[in-house]
Amino acid sequence: MSFLTLNSVKKAFGANTVVKDFNLSVAQGEFVSFLGPSGCGKTTVLRMVAGFETPTSGAIGIDGQDVTRLRPNQRNIGMVFQAYALFPNLNVAQNVGFGLRVARMPKAEIDARVDEMLRLIGLRDLGERYPFQLSGGQQQRVALARALAPKPRVLLLDEPLSALDAKIRVSLREEIRSIQKQLGITTIFVTHDQEEALSISDRIVVMHQGIADQVGTPFEIYNRPTTRFVAQFVGTLNLLDARVLDAARGHVQVGETPVALNRSLNGAGEAISLALRPEVIALGQREGHDVTLSGLIRDVNFLGSVIRVRMEVAGHSISLDTFNRPDAPPPAVGTKAEISVAARDLLVLAD
Amino acid sequence: MKRRFPIFSTLIVLLAAAYFLIPLFAAFEFSLHMKRGYLSFAAYRSVFHSDEFISTLTFSAVASFAAILLGAILVVPTAYWVRLRLPKLRPVVEFLSLLPLIIPPVVLVFGHLRLFGTGSFLPLTMSEMGTNILLVMGYVILSLPYMFRAVDNGMAAIDIATLTEAAESLGASRWRTIVDIIFPNVRSAIVSGAFLTFSISLGEFVLASLLNRPAFGPYMVQLGQDRAYEPAALAIMSFALTWLLMAAMQAFANRKPGQRLLPRIRSSASTSKAQ
Repeated sequence: MSFLTLNSVKKAFGANTVVKDFNLSVAQGEFVSFLGPSGCGKTTVLRMVAGFETPTSGAIGIDGQDVTRLRPNQRNIGMVFQAYALFPNLNVAQNVGFGLRVARMPKAEIDARVDEMLRLIGLRDLGERYPFQLSGGQQQRVALARALAPKPRVLLLDEPLSALDAKIRVSLREEIRSIQKQLGITTIFVTHDQEEALSISDRIVVMHQGIADQVGTPFEIYNRPTTRFVAQFVGTLNLLDARVLDAARGHVQVGETPVALNRSLNGAGEAISLALRPEVIALGQREGHDVTLSGLIRDVNFLGSVIRVRMEVAGHSISLDTFNRPDAPPPAVGTKAEISVAARDLLVLAD
Repeated sequence: MKRRFPIFSTLIVLLAAAYFLIPLFAAFEFSLHMKRGYLSFAAYRSVFHSDEFISTLTFSAVASFAAILLGAILVVPTAYWVRLRLPKLRPVVEFLSLLPLIIPPVVLVFGHLRLFGTGSFLPLTMSEMGTNILLVMGYVILSLPYMFRAVDNGMAAIDIATLTEAAESLGASRWRTIVDIIFPNVRSAIVSGAFLTFSISLGEFVLASLLNRPAFGPYMVQLGQDRAYEPAALAIMSFALTWLLMAAMQAFANRKPGQRLLPRIRSSASTSKAQ
């Protein structure tokens, strides 16, 4: 059963429609990420769930209750902001306890709950500190504890890691995920960082120009993107133009080389785009790789454990990754080489 | 590389300081000469012993505090609302707040008298309390440019929009947000505005005189006409008071939350590290 539902939600600011017909249902305890470039409407959808924006049309429901017209302070949601938004005049414990004091909880219960929350985020000793005395990562953990303390029905995270440096970003996202699993709280996480979304989500909503392009598990989104935008936005992607020779049997031609895709291409036009991830391409022949293309090595980047090679194949720039092997030096720039892929790893993109 | 001692700039500073300090010192020196032949604080004693000094100062202080209170109640929610909901109106409000600098107090007080005088819809000048209210309202208007600017700057320093949303998502009402979050965070700004209001209102002459209130400003002017040594003593005291207020303003404005006005000796090491 879905816990949080958005039904054909639309939002327009004047003539500018930011969110167009957005539908989503989130199960209780699920961790859903909204992924997309800036301006795609992901934050607007989140703010509508929070109640900071009112949908132009459509409905939002939480746990069977229609909250579309409810004010933010009546929705019982927890929100974490990119800029932390801790109250500078309150210390850590008072910040975490703010929602509980607003709810008029008895003092002893507030103290117990604040202590529990501070233990959860591992900052038990810093209750007396003020926000300006904390690092960015600590501040954001306090903001998380503050949002979680009143036991909200839904946790909303608005790019919570964007303001932090790379190392903290990775450790804190894992911490967020583990706390979320521990509490089993329904969570929406907004980000423009695909690695972040892929690594911690149950499901990802890839958004583009106010529309949910694709909704799926990280594995589905990465390996079976359904639109060109999703394929290009998530991960690195190589594109090859191909001409369809026999749509029913899936025969196409890349440059001069015929390629058998072994699946029906009915409905596709005469010219199609094939996409492939860098890691599915092998330099030279490999067992199971039934498609071979030849090209010219243009660039070699030795990155340590991985060697990233850029090649020119049939007029397209293709980049591929190979693992470093001490007994095989990287290929030389300017030499001819063959690459091979498995036909099933070639994605056919719909426009 | 060692820089040469900046002779020229030092000279300018000394000159400027002399321009300001010598008359002040002269006034101070003069105020000590009330008793012929030797230096004494007789002029100060005379001022302090005058009942009128105490009563006018008290009156003006009370009026100033009332103006501060009314000004804060008027300005803080206005500045908050304009920043949060009507950012396009900010230039207009800012311009309005600056009007008291352009319009002389004389014009203001005659406007007051016409609007609230005998025979008007609200004849405030008919009663003593009504006139006092008019005076306080006038002080609020005079201090508006400073109060609004101070509070508005204070709000610019914190992200009030996000703080408001954070408080709302935690269940707080708008009122609760203003009282618990916005007010405490712009408190130092309000205090700065308050001190400026106080220093303007305390010695204010035109409004108090034309409304015929027993305030400190008219008393100082009257004393200047009647006596020789006491006005100098008063001038020195009012300077001292202003400087005291400035120092207090600095102390409040630069204070971090949770920090005491004067740091405790024991914990000073740990707090200074955190800053």
